[in-house]
Amino acid sequence: MTSRRVVVDVPLVITALLLSAYGIAMVYSAGQTDVPTSATHAWASQIRWLIFGLAGAYAVSRASVRFFEWAALPVYLMSLALLALLLVIGTGAGTAASHKSWIGIGGIRLGQPSELAKVTVVLMLARVLAARREPPKSLLDLWQPALVAFLPWLLIMMQPDLGTGLVFIGIFFSMLYWSGVPFPLLVLVASPAVSLILAFNTSLWGAWFLLLLALVLWYKPFMLEGVGLMLANVVMGVVAPVLWERMAPYQRHRLLVFLDPSIDPRRSGWHVIQSQVAIGSGGWLGKGFLMGTQKRLAFLPEQHTDFIFAVLGEELGFIGVTVALMLFLFLLLRAVRVAERANDSFSSLVAMGLASSWLVHIIVNVGMTLNLMPITGIPLPFFSYGGSFMLACWLAIGLLSRISSEGRGARVGELAI
Amino acid sequence: MSFHPNEIARRGRFVSAALAVLFVLLLGAFFRTQIVENSRYALQSEENRLREVPLPAPRGIIYDRHNEVLAENVPGYSVSILSPSADSLRASLQRLAAIIPLSDDAIDVSVRRYRRAPYRPTVVLSDASFDVVSVLEERRIEFPGLIIQSAPKRYYPDGPAVASFMGYVGEITESELAAPQYRGYKTGQQVGKGGLEKEYEDSLRGTEGVRFVEVDARGRVVREAGARQDLLPKPGPPLQTNIDLELQKYMASLFADSLQGGAIALDPRTGGVLALYSAPSFDPNKFIGGIPQDLWKSLNDDPHHPLYNKVIQGRYPPGSTWKLATAAIALESGIATLDDRMPEPCTGGFQFGNRYFKCWNHKGHGDLTLAQAIEQSCDVYFYQLGLKVGLTRLVAGGIRFGGRDRSGIDLPDESRPLFPYADAEEYYDRKYGKRGWSQAVLLNLAIGQGENAQTVANMARFYTALATDGTESRPEIARHKPDRTRVFTLNEDQLAGLRAALAGVVASGTARSAQIQGTVLAGKTGSAQNSQDRTRDHAWFVGFAPADDPKIVVAVLIEFGGHGARAARIASQIIQSYLKVAPTQHINTEG
Repeated sequence: MTSRRVVVDVPLVITALLLSAYGIAMVYSAGQTDVPTSATHAWASQIRWLIFGLAGAYAVSRASVRFFEWAALPVYLMSLALLALLLVIGTGAGTAASHKSWIGIGGIRLGQPSELAKVTVVLMLARVLAARREPPKSLLDLWQPALVAFLPWLLIMMQPDLGTGLVFIGIFFSMLYWSGVPFPLLVLVASPAVSLILAFNTSLWGAWFLLLLALVLWYKPFMLEGVGLMLANVVMGVVAPVLWERMAPYQRHRLLVFLDPSIDPRRSGWHVIQSQVAIGSGGWLGKGFLMGTQKRLAFLPEQHTDFIFAVLGEELGFIGVTVALMLFLFLLLRAVRVAERANDSFSSLVAMGLASSWLVHIIVNVGMTLNLMPITGIPLPFFSYGGSFMLACWLAIGLLSRISSEGRGARVGELAI
Repeated sequence: MSFHPNEIARRGRFVSAALAVLFVLLLGAFFRTQIVENSRYALQSEENRLREVPLPAPRGIIYDRHNEVLAENVPGYSVSILSPSADSLRASLQRLAAIIPLSDDAIDVSVRRYRRAPYRPTVVLSDASFDVVSVLEERRIEFPGLIIQSAPKRYYPDGPAVASFMGYVGEITESELAAPQYRGYKTGQQVGKGGLEKEYEDSLRGTEGVRFVEVDARGRVVREAGARQDLLPKPGPPLQTNIDLELQKYMASLFADSLQGGAIALDPRTGGVLALYSAPSFDPNKFIGGIPQDLWKSLNDDPHHPLYNKVIQGRYPPGSTWKLATAAIALESGIATLDDRMPEPCTGGFQFGNRYFKCWNHKGHGDLTLAQAIEQSCDVYFYQLGLKVGLTRLVAGGIRFGGRDRSGIDLPDESRPLFPYADAEEYYDRKYGKRGWSQAVLLNLAIGQGENAQTVANMARFYTALATDGTESRPEIARHKPDRTRVFTLNEDQLAGLRAALAGVVASGTARSAQIQGTVLAGKTGSAQNSQDRTRDHAWFVGFAPADDPKIVVAVLIEFGGHGARAARIASQIIQSYLKVAPTQHINTEG
């Protein structure tokens, strides 16, 4: 393989292209309403961003993975700096109007630094984890990767942006798992967070605590760690109500409405009720492309961004939903395959990190349209209208394609450009 | 990190399997929502986007017995608005008020209507003039959600003449909406008020149609037609009545403007109501589309009470017209025959205990048979006959003849007559105290005074039994199958004798001035004392013709009309008109 030859992971790129085309079609439909909205011309802008994305992906695929490994630390630090800056000068937009997640100069929004942070955290985590000879076996061993993920997570939660925060957690755990951290250890790491949630029901929390105790006794971490962990769980259980009190009212409301949308059918619950009505009324084949009444008559909120999947469900029905989800599943399986066959552990971890980032987006966004997930306002890859996310997704495709081409078995289905 | 290929492959298999399971679960959730619960969500999405605009059904046309139209529908327009909120409605109406006449009160009323049924178009004008409609059509674009549609409007070609039994239609009120018989009605709908319109509302109203209008999430109208197939309204079926419009109009003309009272004409063979009129009347056409406040006030304040139906609601002592009941009770029980005389001849009065009861004719009638006493309406004879019959039998007979029951005419709001109940002793004890009354009440009862007040309709019903074989039918305005019930157990001879006596009343008795050439009119006058005006009695006449084969029974009451002969002359004219015969003598002679 000469250095001039760049190869493309054809199934991966074709799946991504299909998803993008499907997504732009839905963005177009989302703009076709009886009530004029700002989404009318979104599709054209989305096509422009797709072209940028393709160009970017090509550029990325020309660069060696080693370059990214080298660049990981500086870009990571840069994204941390941007996130910190954001807390001072950030602006909000769309459903996330109250978040300080946009950065702009002279009133022109340049993009969301958190999109950048998702990638840099993946690179940095991969670098830190790949540098180890042995996978972390104790809680103490985890301090490095934990710090890498925790710093940006903290900055993002301060915006506050719960959805993106969830993405970082997803990336963190899946990359730890991929690097060989034993499953019980992951459970122990996650346990304080679970305690935090279960603390609202004393008996549930008690059951969880006993379960954890059994796990600690079985897994036998260091004594100090075990005690510390149990202590952390107790502390979490105690502070949960305090945290609840200190939560922003809209966040508290969103969580309550998630548990029961009918408590506020006109306002907060409206989004998810109308989204369910749109999807549910689609039936097998849907109401037809462009014909969704929930969308046309503005019953569906944020129809071209956060709730784009509800438009799909309404207009193309269960069949359309199945096709979209199967494409996503194929994309993720392909990314996992890239991770499996990667040449080195850094590349493999990067592939897994990118896949897990998409997975969290897909599950949270799609789950939200059916009220399976709280409304967090994170976009659906390749579908939701939004330039920087489209670009980020295609850069990730470029990177995956590169990793794939450097990996084992790359000759299968490869295409020389 | 652990990167042995076997390790990687193991973790890769686990991740792939986990992904597959996750996506299958997600698909399962979509399957449940889109396929299993599809009908629920589909309905909800239709409810979201469609607003129902009611298409009013034309009410059933009402015909008289010769298929003359009594009530029909003419083209009209209604104006309503679909609004997303009460505030938006108020704003639209205030802008509307600048171009069409719309008072602040009317705006308040509309906003109240909206609050009751926010998803139905709010009626602004239920009867808009063509001018208003053309102004609105021109500027329609400025008022999204404005719905102008043709709404059939009720019209009564002979309004004032038929008002007494017709009633009218108007928008359903809030209290009516709460009542169980109006279940299924909605704000803004028209409903029969009074008369036949109310009585036959269920059938006349027809079935409302629906037009579907598409609205957006804020309730603004996006598409006015074609959102879904309209459901066309079904007109109410026509209502055939027994009314004879010509007779009805004639009856109305006889009362002119000055007379206050009522009349009813029945076909004794079927109970069918040929005409029914309460004077003074009003024009129900003026009530359509909302009754103007000042008109309503003037009708309510009118001392002649035009809105009070004197035929079915007014209760008057029947006076001498009740003597036929007394006579029939005596004949039925065998206490007297038509030829029997009373112990004391009439000398102009009758001494009972320490009281002297006068006869209307202070000169006295002398010695009379029962038949003659009916002709001359001799009070003294009937005082004695009443005493002979006795209180229990007199009251029981009166009750049996329907003296305590409504006539059952097919009109709403009929009054129940006043009459003692079967345990007459207890009735009087309760009314006057244990020792507060004597057998003297019998004397009053026997001549139709005292504790007895009947409606005109009920007296007419009672006389249909006299006019036939002793059976009667419920008086009915709408055509039905006659269903006869027996009132009298008199034999043919007795009935014929009573009819002959009644014919005698007109031929040579108290109603001589009401004679008709070419036919024999039979009937009974009455002059009922009343508490409002001691000097002017209510004038009664109840009769039928031809006496040997009655085809029409007429009851006439003129409030403060003085002597019954005056009512008799009106009855006689009604009958002449119906039977198409000429009067024997001028009707304006004294009698």
